[in-house]
Formats: sequence, C-alpha cells, structure tokens
Amino acid sequence: MNHGPENDVSPKTIEEVYRPLDRRTFLKGAAASMVGVAGLMAALRPLLELETSGISLDELLQRHYRELGPEEMKRILAALAARAEKEYGVKPELRDSRPLEGVEFGYALNLTRCVGCRRCAHACLKENNQSREDAADIEMSYIRVLEMNKGAINLETSTPYYDADSVPRKDKYYMPVQCHQCRQSPCTKVCPVQATWQEKDGIVVVDYNWCIGCRYCMAACPYDARRFNYKKPALPREAINPVQSYLSNRIRPKGVVEKCTFCLHRTREGKYPACLEVCPTGARVFGNLLDPESEINYILNNKRVYILKEEVGTLPRFYYFFDK
Amino acid sequence: MRDYLTFLFRVWRLSWQGSGRFYAWMSFLTALSLLGLHAWARQYVDGLQTTGMTNQVSWGAYIANFTFLVGVAAAAVMLVIPAYVYKKEHMHEVVLFGELLAIAVIVMCLLFVTVDLGHPDRFHHMIPPFGVFNFPGSILSWDVIVLNGYLLLNLHIAGYLLYCRYRRRRPTRRFYIPFVFLSILWAVSIHTVTAFLYVGLAGRTYWHHPLVPSRFLASAFVAGPALMVLSFQVIRRVARYHIGDLPIQTLRMIMTVAMIINMFLLLCELFTEFYYPTEHAAAAHYLYFGLHGHSGLVPWIWSAVGLNLLGLGLLVTPASRRIAWLNVACVSCFVGIWIEKGMGLIIPGFVPSPLGQVVEYLPTLNETLVCLGIWAFGALMYSWMLHVAIPIMNGSLRSTPLISDEPPTH
Repeated sequence: MNHGPENDVSPKTIEEVYRPLDRRTFLKGAAASMVGVAGLMAALRPLLELETSGISLDELLQRHYRELGPEEMKRILAALAARAEKEYGVKPELRDSRPLEGVEFGYALNLTRCVGCRRCAHACLKENNQSREDAADIEMSYIRVLEMNKGAINLETSTPYYDADSVPRKDKYYMPVQCHQCRQSPCTKVCPVQATWQEKDGIVVVDYNWCIGCRYCMAACPYDARRFNYKKPALPREAINPVQSYLSNRIRPKGVVEKCTFCLHRTREGKYPACLEVCPTGARVFGNLLDPESEINYILNNKRVYILKEEVGTLPRFYYFFDK
Repeated sequence: MRDYLTFLFRVWRLSWQGSGRFYAWMSFLTALSLLGLHAWARQYVDGLQTTGMTNQVSWGAYIANFTFLVGVAAAAVMLVIPAYVYKKEHMHEVVLFGELLAIAVIVMCLLFVTVDLGHPDRFHHMIPPFGVFNFPGSILSWDVIVLNGYLLLNLHIAGYLLYCRYRRRRPTRRFYIPFVFLSILWAVSIHTVTAFLYVGLAGRTYWHHPLVPSRFLASAFVAGPALMVLSFQVIRRVARYHIGDLPIQTLRMIMTVAMIINMFLLLCELFTEFYYPTEHAAAAHYLYFGLHGHSGLVPWIWSAVGLNLLGLGLLVTPASRRIAWLNVACVSCFVGIWIEKGMGLIIPGFVPSPLGQVVEYLPTLNETLVCLGIWAFGALMYSWMLHVAIPIMNGSLRSTPLISDEPPTH
C-alpha cells in the first residue's frame, strides 16, 4: 500500500472506537440487533415446514455406496423402506441388486418397426415409480420418443410432442431415445462427487443418497437422458411398484438426478426391461454382449446398425438398426 | 496474539459506527439479503421446482450469475499487475480495494453455486475424508479448489497488509509478495477453469469451442475494472480516502484494450457460426434470431450488443476521458457483459436440447429474489469491508491511538 500525505488522517477522528460503550449506544445496538434477529427468523420461516424426517443423521453420515459393507447396506435398506412406507403407505421390497458375472448388457432398437406409440415411455414411468400427477410428468420418463421426418436422421427437425393416438403418421418415423449406457460416459466423468458411475455390467447408475444435485451430468449428457427431481415424486399408494432396488427404481428424494438403468432390478434377475416387455411391435432387443449366441450379438453382426451421435465418441451400448 | 484480538475487537466496534446514511444503506442491503434468504428457504423446502429450470434447461440464472461474477473476481488482477509487476505507484493506492472486491465477489460466486444445488446439505460429499472428491476428473472439482484458493489468497494478502498498516509496521515482503504473484496466476486460473467447465462438454456444441476461455478473460477484464472505476468514485466521495484520477485512467486503458479484444473474438465467433451455418449454429441462431418461433433471448442479446458497442465506442474515443462519459461506458459494458456472458452463454447451451427440442427458460420470481439477495449480500460485504478498511488505510484506526488533548502528529 502506498499513501500520499492527503490520505493520512489524524487518529483523533476515530477515537470513539477506543472509548467504552455508553448506555445510549448500547440500547441502540440492542434494539438494532433485535430487529436483525427478528428479520432473520422471518426469512428462515419456510424451514419450519420441513418434514421432521427431512434428513436423518444416519443419512447425513452415510458413506458412498461403494464403501458400504453388507451390514451397513442392510440397515440403510431397512431405513429407506420404513421411510417409504411412512411417506407413501406401501412397504417396498427393497433390494440391492448387484451385477452378474460375465454379463455386459446391450440394447438395440429396430427403427423399421417402431411406430411411436409411446407405450415404452409410459411403462418406464410406472416401472420406475415416477410422478404421474399430470400430463407434464411424462417429461420425467427416461425415454423420449422423437417423431422424425423421413429422408434424414435429423434431430433438429424432430419433436417429442406429437399425438401418440394417431401414429404412425405419413412421412414420419419414430426414434425412442434413452440412456445409451456409454462406455466413455461424459456424465460420470464430470460428477464432482462420483455419485454416478459405470457398473461392471455396463449400466451407469446414480447413488441417490450421494448426489448433491449440481446437475453437471445433465449438462454433459449428449442424449438428454438424465432427469432431475425438481419436486418430490407424487405417487398414490396404488401407483407404486413395490419391487425396488437401491440403485434403480426406489422412490427418489427431491433434488437428485436419476436416469434409465436398463431396469437393473429386473435385468439383473434375468428379466427384460419394462420398455421391452410393453413394446407391441417387438422393436426392442436386449441381451448380453458377452454371450456370442445372444440375440443382441446376432443383430449387431447381421443388421445395418446406426449409432446416434457417434462423432461425440461416447461408444454407446445402445444401438439402432434397420430391417431392410 | 492479544494485539490481534484487540484489533479484531476494534474492527468490530468500528463496524457499528457510521453516519445515518451509512446505516440506511446497510439496512437496505440487509433487508434485500434477508428477502433473498427467505426465497432460498422456500426453495430449500419445496425443491428447485420454485425455479424456472427444467430437464431440458437444467442450469439457469444462478449459474449465469456465477459465471459472470467469477470474471469480476478475476479482474482484481488488473490492479495487481500494474501495481506489483509494473510498479505503478498510483495503483498502490487502490490495489487493496480490488482485493477486497475479489473477496466479496468470490463469496457471491460460492453462494450462487450453493443455491443451485439440489442437496446443499450434502455439501460435505465434496470434502475428503467425509466425501469422495472426483479430482482431477471433474472440472467442477477443479473449480472448487481454484475458487476457494483464490478466496484464501486474497484474504491473506488484504488481511496481512491491513494489519501491518494498523500496527504502523512495514509489511515483510516475503510474507506477501510471493502470494501476490501467485494470486496473479490464480486469478487467470479461476476464470479459465470456469470456462473449461463448459468447453469440456463435447455434447454441447455451443460451448465446445476453444474461443470460450479467451473471451471469458477478455470480457472479465472489462466488467471487473468497470465496476472498480464506479466504486472508486463512490469511495472518494463518501469516505476520507483520496483516489486520484490516475488509477481510473489506467483502468480505462485496460478496459479499452480488453473490450477491443472481446469484440474481435465475438466477431470471429459470429463469422464461424453464420457464414456457413451448420447444425451447430442452431444455438447461436436461437440466441440472435430465435428458433422455430421461440425468441426469448433475442431482445436481451441485442440489448447486450447495443450496450457493448456503445461502451466500446465511448472507450476508444476521447469522450471517455471525461469522467461522466467514462461512467456511461462502464455501466453499459458491465450490463452488456452481464447479459451476454450470463444468460447469453448458459441458456443457448441448452437450447436446442441435444435431441433438438426448443424449451425456453425464464427465471421465476422466487429465483430472481434469490439472485437479488446474493447481489445485495455481496454489496453488503464490500461496503462493510471498505467501512473498516478505509479508517485503517488512512490511519485513523491504528494500534496506538492518540489521546484527544495531545496534538496530532500530522
């Protein structure tokens, strides 16, 4: 610091700093503090509406999924199930489904067959315990079905907002997009707390108890495959799917990111994903990429396969193909 | 140690002493901050549905303000370089104000990131050993390090120099000069890393662009000095601290050069996007002309272009040698860059979405109040820091006071 003489002031001017407090100043200060504290309380008033079960100490101290021992996991699952029962009235069968040995999942979708009925997107909502309060909740579905103009594969001119009752329409074809479970996944790379990662079977998962909700992964995803819980899911009792898994379809808290998990609570038990089962045209093929005899490998080896946004270098495990 | 506690106590006492005007200003800012806190508490309870963000546009006004403010904080370096590298004596009068401004602004940045989180209560997940810090993979974790590091550096430098001044001691060079030089590099790093947050996302073509970091720095070195020029005039008017015209003229020169570079880089960007528009130009098209009938940002960006051109015009002509015109230039550059680098950079990154949808974003009232509260809190902090720093700098608060009936030494 440098000071010209014009910047030097005699210490006299501020000597009251060293003087003891007098009664008047003290009272004034006390009154001002009261007003300040009252203002602060008023400002924080909404916090009173927080549910008492908002954040438990256990949850606050919970460690990252991959550091949890089996005993700890059991305790956490029990606590989560109890809480779901309290909040939603249904006690879920909550498990922690682990990846199977020798399995890497792949998914292929037949663009020649898909008619755009959007049943997969609705089945996804149901299977994964998402809000179904109003029509806008379809935005949370992990699957977006795009209506495309024939003559090109151009996303710019596509729309997901078409009337699914009048499909297939002339000069249009349909392309459902969901998480591509990329081998080079940009979303897992950017997460500052490793709340999302690739499992051994290739599925990219999110630990909803670890995610801080910064939404950097959503910005990173080239397939618009991630969803954020802007509100607490609203689910009536009868709408709840009780078969749940920690890393997939358990009812999410608000403020965390979620995504398609290839229905790992089903597929890791040998079943097919919900979107495949509901598809009326058989456009969807799901299977083990490591098994040379699997149907998915037959498709990849014998059909004309298209990879969406191959130029971004994400190396997806989700493929599109054509019949003729 | 005891001396230091006395010092803190005196600073505390001093904080509460001021004119009626000072009290009115601070109460006004406190009220606005509390309003913002209230809006944030509402958001914390109801979730981010209180904002205008959607699954398609998943970052909004918070991250826009954050990005802009990181630049303002980095711009403190534009006082540090002339003062310490080029040894411009007149810049030493004001360099501390720049460092204090950087402290206030970095705190604002951290607040803007915090209010953007869906789960701020899990913040400790970033801090080892409680959490898992994805370093060096995630650029966001880099940003956490550089922003907090910059905050600490400036706290140390400003705090040390002020304490020495209070004790009437010559600062020991090795206690602060290395940190000053480190802070120069660090200032550049905070804005570069913030730019890399966006540039690193290959799926977002509007951001995946090597010009972004350079433009970030160029525009930051306009917006930051603009704010300083304005605040120096307030300081010399309301406080007992003289700031000459020389530092202001130096800042004017810096702003002029930076603004020319910024506008040139903008020109390069516009040429690339529009001369032969590819699919990648869709976002820029949305920003400047609208897309598929959606044109929410068009009036904003053209106001920004207008304000920036006005600012540039005033800066390059002799008009801005007059302080009144310089102030006009500062205000128009500051607002222009705030629009262009905030909403103008963040929102088109999400529009159209990677699947080609156009979903527009408009901040809600609640979200706007949170932003306003953070701005007010930043102003509150800066005002408070100036209020206690100036009496230390001009010597009226020092460790050995004179008794009033003794003649003053000066």
